[in-house]
This record gives sequence, C-alpha cells and structure tokens, in this order.
Amino acid sequence: MAKLLLRRLGQMVLIMAVVSLILFIVFDSDKFKKQIAVNELGGFGVQALTEQEYENWLTSKGLNVPFYVRYVDWVGDVLRGDFGFSFEKNTAVGPLLAERLVATGILGFWVFALMIPIALTTGVVAGMKEGSVQDRTVSFISVLTTSIPEIATAIFLTVVFALGLGWLPTKSAMTQGFDWTQLVLPVATLVLYDFGYVARMTRASMAEVMISQYIRTAILKGIPYRRVIMRHALRNALIAPFTVIVLQLNWLLSGVVVVEVFFQYNGFGRLLLDAALFGDIYVIQAATLVAVFIAVFSQIISDVGYTLLNPRIRFS
Amino acid sequence: MAEQTPVLECRNLSISYFTRAGEIPAVVDFNLKLMPGEAHGIVGESGCGKSTVALAIMQYLGQNGRIVGGELLFNGRDMRTMSESELRSLRGSKIAMVYQEPMASLNPAMKIGEQLAEVPIYHDGASSKEALRRAAEMLGNVNLPEPARIMDSYPHQISGGQQQRVVIAMALLSNPSLLLLDEPTTALDVTVEAGIVDLIKEISAKFGTSMIYISHNLGLILETCDRITVMYSGEAVEVGDIETVFNNMRHPYTRGLFASIPLPGADKNTHPLVAIPGQLPLPHQRPTGCYFGPRCQFFQGGRCDLGLIPMEKVDTGAEHFVRCVRWDEIDWEATKPKADERPPVEPGDVVLRVEDMTKHYEIEDAAFFAFGGGETKTVKANEELTFQAREAETVAIVGESGCGKSTFAKVLMGLEGATEGEVILGNLDLANLPVERRDAKTIAKLQMIFQNPFDTLNPSHSIGGQIARVIRKFGVETDKKKIQDRVFELLDIVKLPRDFAKRRPRQLSGGQKQRVGIARAFAGNPEVVIADEPVSALDVSVQAAVTELLMDIQRDHRTTLLFISHDLSVVRYLADRIVVMYLGQIMEQGTTEQIFAPPYHPYTEALLSAVPIADTHVEKRKVVLTGEIPSASNPPKGCPFSTRCPYVIKGLCETRLPPNRRMADGHYIFCHLDEQTLNDMEPVIKVAEKGEPEPA
Amino acid sequence: MSAAAEAPIPTPSVLARLSRPRPLVVLILLMWVPLVTYVMFGHLIGPSRDILLVPAVPATLILYVLAMRAWWESKIAVIGATMVFFWMLMAVSAPYLPLIDPNQPIAPFTLPFTEKNGIFFWLGTDFKGRDMLSRAIWGCQRVIVWGVTATLVAYVVGTAFGLIAGYLGGWWDEIISFLANVLLSFPVMVLFILILNYLGQSGFNIVIAVTFASAPAIMRIVRGLALDIKSRDYVYAAQTRGEHPIWIMVIELLPNVRGPIIVDACLRLGYTTVAITTLTFLGLGLQPPDPDWGLMIKEAANTAMIFKFSYMLIIPALSVSSLILGFNLMADGLREMSLRD
Repeated sequence: MAKLLLRRLGQMVLIMAVVSLILFIVFDSDKFKKQIAVNELGGFGVQALTEQEYENWLTSKGLNVPFYVRYVDWVGDVLRGDFGFSFEKNTAVGPLLAERLVATGILGFWVFALMIPIALTTGVVAGMKEGSVQDRTVSFISVLTTSIPEIATAIFLTVVFALGLGWLPTKSAMTQGFDWTQLVLPVATLVLYDFGYVARMTRASMAEVMISQYIRTAILKGIPYRRVIMRHALRNALIAPFTVIVLQLNWLLSGVVVVEVFFQYNGFGRLLLDAALFGDIYVIQAATLVAVFIAVFSQIISDVGYTLLNPRIRFS
Repeated sequence: MAEQTPVLECRNLSISYFTRAGEIPAVVDFNLKLMPGEAHGIVGESGCGKSTVALAIMQYLGQNGRIVGGELLFNGRDMRTMSESELRSLRGSKIAMVYQEPMASLNPAMKIGEQLAEVPIYHDGASSKEALRRAAEMLGNVNLPEPARIMDSYPHQISGGQQQRVVIAMALLSNPSLLLLDEPTTALDVTVEAGIVDLIKEISAKFGTSMIYISHNLGLILETCDRITVMYSGEAVEVGDIETVFNNMRHPYTRGLFASIPLPGADKNTHPLVAIPGQLPLPHQRPTGCYFGPRCQFFQGGRCDLGLIPMEKVDTGAEHFVRCVRWDEIDWEATKPKADERPPVEPGDVVLRVEDMTKHYEIEDAAFFAFGGGETKTVKANEELTFQAREAETVAIVGESGCGKSTFAKVLMGLEGATEGEVILGNLDLANLPVERRDAKTIAKLQMIFQNPFDTLNPSHSIGGQIARVIRKFGVETDKKKIQDRVFELLDIVKLPRDFAKRRPRQLSGGQKQRVGIARAFAGNPEVVIADEPVSALDVSVQAAVTELLMDIQRDHRTTLLFISHDLSVVRYLADRIVVMYLGQIMEQGTTEQIFAPPYHPYTEALLSAVPIADTHVEKRKVVLTGEIPSASNPPKGCPFSTRCPYVIKGLCETRLPPNRRMADGHYIFCHLDEQTLNDMEPVIKVAEKGEPEPA
Repeated sequence: MSAAAEAPIPTPSVLARLSRPRPLVVLILLMWVPLVTYVMFGHLIGPSRDILLVPAVPATLILYVLAMRAWWESKIAVIGATMVFFWMLMAVSAPYLPLIDPNQPIAPFTLPFTEKNGIFFWLGTDFKGRDMLSRAIWGCQRVIVWGVTATLVAYVVGTAFGLIAGYLGGWWDEIISFLANVLLSFPVMVLFILILNYLGQSGFNIVIAVTFASAPAIMRIVRGLALDIKSRDYVYAAQTRGEHPIWIMVIELLPNVRGPIIVDACLRLGYTTVAITTLTFLGLGLQPPDPDWGLMIKEAANTAMIFKFSYMLIIPALSVSSLILGFNLMADGLREMSLRD
C-alpha cells in the first residue's frame, strides 16, 4: 500500500514537472514575451520601442536567458510560493488564485454534496432491476440531462427561475458580499449536467453486480433480499462509481469555466479564461499548474480508494 | 421404499425462456423422482437443459425464464405455489446448490467466514458467534486445513479447489435434504477434481443427503451417482440405474455418446471412436417427433417424426425408461457401433528433437517507466525438457495447469526464445530462432491447432480468406486461381462444404470452426503439428468426429503430431508416446503402454487414478492427492511434486532434484524412489473380465 | 461424416449489417466531402459554391433510410438517428431552403411569430435584426463539420497509438501511456484554452485541440481492447506464421475493435459538439459573423436577459441540445443492439 502511494506520488511529481516544463516552453516563445511587454508597458509603449530598446527591456526582465535557466528560477519561485504578478488584475498571482479557488471550492462543495447522493441513489435503484420502470425512467432522465450542455442548462434555468419566475438573481457576481441565492443556479446547472453520468455509471455497475454469480449464490442461500442488496451487492457495486466520482473533480474544473462565465461568478474558471483572453501569462501558468495538480491528485485518491475498497487488489 | 415420499419429484416439467424472438423451450416434459439418500446424475451436452433443471428446482430462472407446465414437488409440496418467503426459507437450508465456477460464486468483497456464517444466522437464528463456530467446524468437515485462516480470507486468497470446498461447506451448513451440484469440478484440474469427487461421495455417505449431480462427464456420474438421466436437446431420453444404463442402454443417443468417448479398450487403430453424425439442433430448429431423429441411424420416417415421443418403460431393469419408439425392435447387440479397423502406422525417422530445453521468465514487480528495478522473480516455466518425436508419430504432452505445456509450445513456435538447450527440427536449431527470423519454409513445417474454437478464427474475415492467407504467406501457391483451388481442397479434407469459404466464423458451430483451424494448420503441408487441447472445448459427440478427422489427416500426410492435453483418456486413445509434465518438468515419458502400466511415477499414478472412466467394468486403485499445485513462480526446491507426493522421502525429495531413471527403452521416470519400489507398484486401472483386452 | 449437414447459424450483427462496405462508403463520401469543402473552403470558391452541395442532399436522405432499415429494432437508435439526420439534412440543404440571409440585419428585436416590414418571422430576430430561424439552421453547419472532423482525427490518432501501445507493449506502451496520462491530467477545458490560446482561434486549431483532448482517452480504450484481442488464438496463429506486427495490428486487430469504437464515437461526437459550442461561447472558438450556435448564445447573453427576449438564448440552446441528444441516443441504441447480438 505504502509502495503504491509512493509510486503514485512519484508519478505525480513527474507529471507536474513535465507539465510545467511544457507550459514554460510554450510561454517562452517570442509571441508571449511580447505579450508580457505589452502587459507591462502598454501596447503603444512596446510599439515605440526600437529593437535595441526591446532587447534591453528583455535583459532587464531577465527574459533573454535560455528558457531552462529561467525554468529553474521559476520553479524556485513557485516552490517559495511566488507565482508571479497578474498584469490584468494588477496584483500578485498567489493571493488572487487562493481567493478564486476558495470561491470555486464553495461551488464545488455544494455540487458534490447534492450530486453524489442523488446520483448514487438513482443509479442503484435503476440497476437493481434491469429493464424495470424505474430503470427506464432513470436512464431516460440521465441521458436527457447529460445531453444538454452546461451552457444550455444555464440558459434554461435562468430563463425559467430568474427571468420568468423572478425567484433567483440572473447573475452571481456577489458584489454585495456572499449571497446564497446567487449560488443556486450555478450549483443546479453543474449538478444537472454531472449527475447523469455518475448515475449511469452506478446503474451499469449495479446491474452488472446483480447478474453476477455471487449474487445468485446469496439469493439461493436464502438470505433476505434487503441483505442481498445492502451487504452483498452495494459494496461491490459502489467501487466503480467511487473512482468515477473522484475523477469528476477533473470534469468540474472544466464545467466551472462555462458556468462561472455565464453567471459572472468570480471563481477559478473565470480567472483562467480572463487570463487566457488577456494574455496574462503568469496567471495562466499558475492556474494551469493548480488545475493539473488537482486533477492528478484526485487520480491518486481514486486509485488508492479503489485499492482500499477492492480486497481482490488490496491483498494481491 | 414405496411408501417413502420422494425428496424431489418433477412431473412433466416444461421450462421456457421468453426472448424477443418468442418462446424458447429449454426443457420439455421432464420427469424425475429422487428418493431420500439417493444420488441422481443428469448428463448431457451443452444446451441440453440440464442446468435449467437445476435452476428451476431452485425457482431461480431469471426474468425471462418460466415453468410453463408440469409439477415440481419438494417433499410432496408443489414449489410453484410457494410464496417468495417460503422459497427463501427453503433455499440454502433444505435445498442447497454448488456451482460450476467457485471463484465467481463467492462474493469477492466479503470474508469467507462472514459468507458462511450467514447461513446459520438467517436459517437457524444462530448468534453470530455460534454461526462462526459452526462455519469453522464445517470447513474442517470438508477437509480444509486451517479453518481459522480460511475464515479470515477473501475468496481470491485461496485456490480454486479450496474455494469449491468452501462452497460445498456453505451448502452443507444447514444440513440440506437436497444438494444440487452443477458441474462442480469442471473448472478444476484433474487431480483437484478427484479430491472434490471424493469429498462428495464422503458427504452422501456421512450425511445421507440426496443429490442431483449435473455433468457432461459420464465417468464422474458413474463415480458419484445411483441413477442417471441422459438429456438431449431439452428432453430426458433415458432414465435408469447407473449399472443398467451403462451396460444395457436402450436409446440410440446414449449409445452414440458412449461410442464417441475414449474408454479403455478404444484404440485409434483397432477400435476407433464412432462419432454421432450431425450436430445438436438449436431450440427453435428442433424437428417434430424425436429430436434425435436426424442424427439417428435407426430413424424411420412416419414413426419417429410424428409427434412427441413418450417415455416408455424398458424390460432391462427396474425403473428404466427411454424415449424411443423403436427401442424393443432394435437388435442392440448386432448393431453395436463399430468403425473400420485401420492398419497401424509405422513411425519414420526422428523429426523433432528437444534437448535440455529450459525456459525461465524474469518477472519484474509491476514495472513503471520512471523507476526501474524492483525485485525480479524467476518463473521456471520449462526445466531441461528432453524428448524426441518421429515422423507420423503422435506424442502427447500431458499435464495440469501450470505444467509449462503452453510455454513449450511458444518456444517451439518461435514466440519466445529458450533460456538454454536445443530444439532441433530437421537439422535446424529453433531454440533461439524467433519466428521473424525463420524462413517461410521453416514456419510452414511447424504449425499449430488451438484450443478454443471461438478464438481460433478472426471474426472479421471470411473462412476462405483466412485459409488463403496461410497458403500465400507460405508460398504454397501464388496464382489466385490455384490458391482458390487449394482452399477448396483443404475444405474437402476437413469435410466441410466448399461454400463455407465465403462464410464468416460466427456462422459456424464450434466443431466446424475447429475443422477450419485444422485446415489452416495443414495448409502449408507441415511436418509437425502442435495441437493444444484441440477438442477439449467441444461437446462430447463432436469431439470424436474432430479427433478422428485429425487422426485421418495425420495418417494421410504422415505428420508428426504433438498433442497437448490434460485428459489421459483421450491421450491413451491416440498417442504413441506420452510425456507427463508437472510444474515445468518432465516427470515420466515412454510409450503409451509403458505409461499406463507400472512402474509409474507417483504423479502419473495419481493422474491415472484421478481420470474418471465411464465404464462399470473398470476398477481403479484410489490415489487421492492432498494440497494444491504450487505456483510456478515459487516452486519447491527439490522435486516439484514433493509437496503432494504420497511416497515422499523426508529430507531428500524436498531438497534435491531426483535422478532421471531409465526404466526401459525410451521409458524414463524422474524420481528418487528406487527401481525396486517403482517396479512393485500395482496397476491403477484394471478392466474386469468382460470387454476388450487392455492394450497394456 | 456429414459435417455438411451441420446447419449454419447465420446471426449477422447489426453493426456488420451497416458495414457492408462499398455503396455505404460512397454515400458517406458523397454527403461528407461536399459539406466539408463547402464549410472549410467555401470562401475561396465564391458564390458558385452552392452547387457543391447538390449531391449531398440525396446522399443524406438515402443514408437516413438505410440507417432506419438497419436499426429499426431499437427505438432509441431510431429517435437518435432521426435527430442527427435532421441536422445533417439542414446542414447540406441550407443553401436551397427558402431562408432569409442569416447575416442581414432586418428588424431588431422582432418576437417569434410576428410580422415586421412585411416579413413573417417564425422565430423572431436577434438584437441586430437577423432572422433567428435562418441563423439556427445555418448555424449547424460549422458545428457539425468541425465537430465530426475533429472527432475523426482524434480517433485516427487515438486508435493508432492505442493499437501500438496495446499490441507492442513494453517501452512503446510505457511512453505512450505516460504521454496520455500527462494530457489526461489537464482538465479538458483548461487544455482547450491553452492550445487555442497558443495556436490562435480557428476551426483547424479546434481540430488539433480536440485531438489533444480526446485522443488519450480513445487510446486507452483501444489499448484495452487490443490487450484483450492480443491474447486470442487467431492473433497467436498470425504470429506463429510470421506475420509482421503492422499487418497483425491492421488486419487482425483493427477490424475487431471497430464495433465498441463506433458506439464510443457517437458519445464522443456529443462531447465534441458541446466543446465547440462552449468554446465559441467563451470567445475562443469560431469567429463571427457567420452564424453559429455558440456565437448566438454569446451575443445574446449580453442583450437578451429579459424574459421577453429569452428566445434568442433558448433557440440556439435547444438546437445544440437536440443534436447532442441525438448522438447520445444513437450511441445508446447501438450499444443496446450490440449487446443483443
């Protein structure tokens, strides 16, 4: 177990190193160096520079040394907690990122708190009896909700609950401080889009377990049906959905971009998109690194969890 | 007996499955009467409905299965009228079942102790402490060592044989009056199977449990049961006492079945097997009248194809019934199936010579790209194999799982290099000549027939295309027309119609696919063909046809056949020489006569004793092995068989490799026992006065 | 021995029924090549480009009939295919339909089912006064063309790498799997944003971005299938007669991974459609002024936040949802049928 954990952590460090190096090489191009200059000096300022002055500017910023030298420096900075400076937001990247991550964390927490129980219950109920009415209903609803992209779900919910009924605000910028009513629509959008996938996975897993021979053994052993489901089936059926749910964290990071932009929620996704459109390089680099960290870390949790839940692997 | 209530009675039971294509009758008009303490065998080929009967008795036919007619009485009460909770109180307590695949039948995420304890808890209201105690006690009863350790294990942590013992223990925990065994040993190795069969016999003697034993293997039924039902295509065709049915069968199918299995006395030259022509009808293609009609030599139009044939009582013995309108007109003695005798083939020069061939694998502990190293283990797949094969000779390689026979095939075919030693074909050493470096001629000389008919052909390409590819690849023919002709010729040789060339594999039955596999192997006119269990996945009646076909082609082409098998009955029938392997090493080799008669290697002796033989005149000396086959990655230090050997010499066998004793010309035994002890062994198989002389 | 009498068991699979090769391939090419040319290179050809799509219309209709005949057993597949083919038909026949120029401003903020300036607007007009109906119909072209192309390229790349990793194993597998892991550790949207930011925003770059995002997952699926098929005896047979690994991958493995992959491809078409629409909405994808669903949402999101005008958002949202639902239902139906066979 410790060996597995160590190996996966090692793998994570390696992936992070490769990713950050790729990011660094990508952003080392002339195009992006110029972008930094534009960010700092303004568009006209850069145009006014002669070739020589631009070179001098690069030297003064330490940008014209080979990228691997700068990479080592940058890694050192990041390890010391210095993520660089956001020209667009005119602030240090570190605190900005932390603030936005907290906002997205709140969003994510509620999404998971609602999505997991809904998805697991519906999935299990559907998979218990393949082909039954409840199975068909759940399957239909989950196909429908996963087929409607987040952007469309956000529109439909806004039109009905904000524009039509007027129950909820259309935007979630939280300019007047935290307001839970502004959280409802973004959370609902993400839950609706996400739950179907997890429910379908749970259903498939449950259905597979229900036709397995050991469930037949349990039933033909004459123990009550409740116990067959609760003790024999669930334990095995929930192994696969568990890993899927943890990996959903990765999906969520994609989903929040759209939702945060549409509802103008000041979270991590919106920060990333703004930075990308503006060319705010240090923000993009830092945000990507954080996103990859979360994704790889959730993979490790999922792997470790899978091993812990599955005795067949745990003891081999 | 008459006044006793049967434990189980099926009266005209009919079971159907309902699918999109409509109703599919799985079992038709099935009758069975099982008295207390009796063991009843149900035998039949795949799809004959024998497992459906078992599930119907459990009232567990799934969502689309239903009993559509007849009665099913358990202790006199009709089970079809029972409520779900009544059924639940019967299942696992009065009626218990043992399944074909023990691994799949146990919950992988629950400890064995808990799975066992459920039975007393829910059926007898035992406290969980009491339940665990009883579970441990029962594990002792099924001869499992260290019950406490097993109770605390998960199913995957114990071996297949132990798992099956756990399932049997679970079934016995509430002392059932009826035990259903559905192919309980099919997934296990022969020597492990023998242990389980022994246990089953012990149980019926000790607890007096009534049993229904379902199997495709007549030999196993003979060893375990008092009465037998033979099923064919959803119908019971013959029912009676074991002795009666085995010696005075009165249904053409039953007799065909016996003629197509290699019993002692069958011999490829003097007494070839007689296959049942044709193949099993699919449920919706069953003919009217007798389902066996189209394959039956006694078929009479206007009588056999009229309506449902009733079961009739036969005069040969008590309670003997058969479903045949002509049983009393047929002269059963005069019409005994007999195939033409063939002259024996004289083997030619040595074609293949294997000299000290050794294959070791280094297994790294889960490699990962960033971190090399980790511990490496050596798996000794083959140790110093030495034997020869002559032209037109059949050499059988016999062994159970893990004995290294597939590794040997891989080295021979050039997919793996040997670690040491030589494999000489003609005058070329193949031991370290990978297939990429062999020329087309060499490759064509050495071809292979595979075990699984459903895997042997690529489902995406036509039959003709797959055979043609081999012809082209080996340069047998290059002209398009000639290739086509050669494909047709090969289809003729394996007795398939020529228009099969255009078909896809999914349109063929298992036996037909195996024929195509044989055609493909012979497409390049090979000198040596390796056949890896070519018939073991086929139904009994088809096995004989494919075996005979293979023998015929071999005879015509004077091909050397290396026949890999775990089944000593088949091997005795067709092999000229036998090589017995265990854990990568050759334990004994010699001619078929030498292997089947003493002196034996202790492992050969156990293997011979373990093979079930469907002949009431055969007496077997019982040699039951304890323990399991050790893992190939962690074999015993000395003799590989030392952990299970009944003759083990403490301090010698487990520490030092035995000598390879030469007992007679070409007969070698790899054992520490001295020659005197080996020579003094009693024969394992004795055939009583009746029947043909033993080929020994 | 009457092996000849052994009855054959003809059970052609549903997917196989669809893959009877030549006429089908010709039909697909007749539909697809003109459409791709029209959308990708139409601006180079000029006004005469409308002739291009003439053969595509009947080809699409025939394909639809063929699909219905092959899949009639599955209600779900029929519904899904109908939705998908509806949009395919709209894409190829848009130039021939009696539609108002989608880029011409006529009467801003006209509500659906009302008449203005003597023209009846079924679905109203947007804030610039462009006809919503014609924009919704024309808008499907780019999503379909770029979505399908991107998915196709991702599949070619993913399948090739998957076969190599699965069949050859060893170092090939280690390296390919590690690269896939690196790519998979990016949240999809982050990867899209990075790639499009680096390469610039165009349809072709969307194809590249989708390939980077989807190919690793496809590679994993194909690798798994290849690992399974690799141990089959027919592959063993090919190896023992000395076939080249490339021959084995293409002839023995590839045809047998096709079935599971077709189902997965339908699902992934849905994802790609979502991705393209979303990217356009975020301002990273296709550029104005030509109509596109994502673009329509993006433009309306700032102006239509009043209940009365919410049709400007709902129409493109419904359109894209129906196309994706079509792909997903088709995938479900195909899977259901492949399980039955």
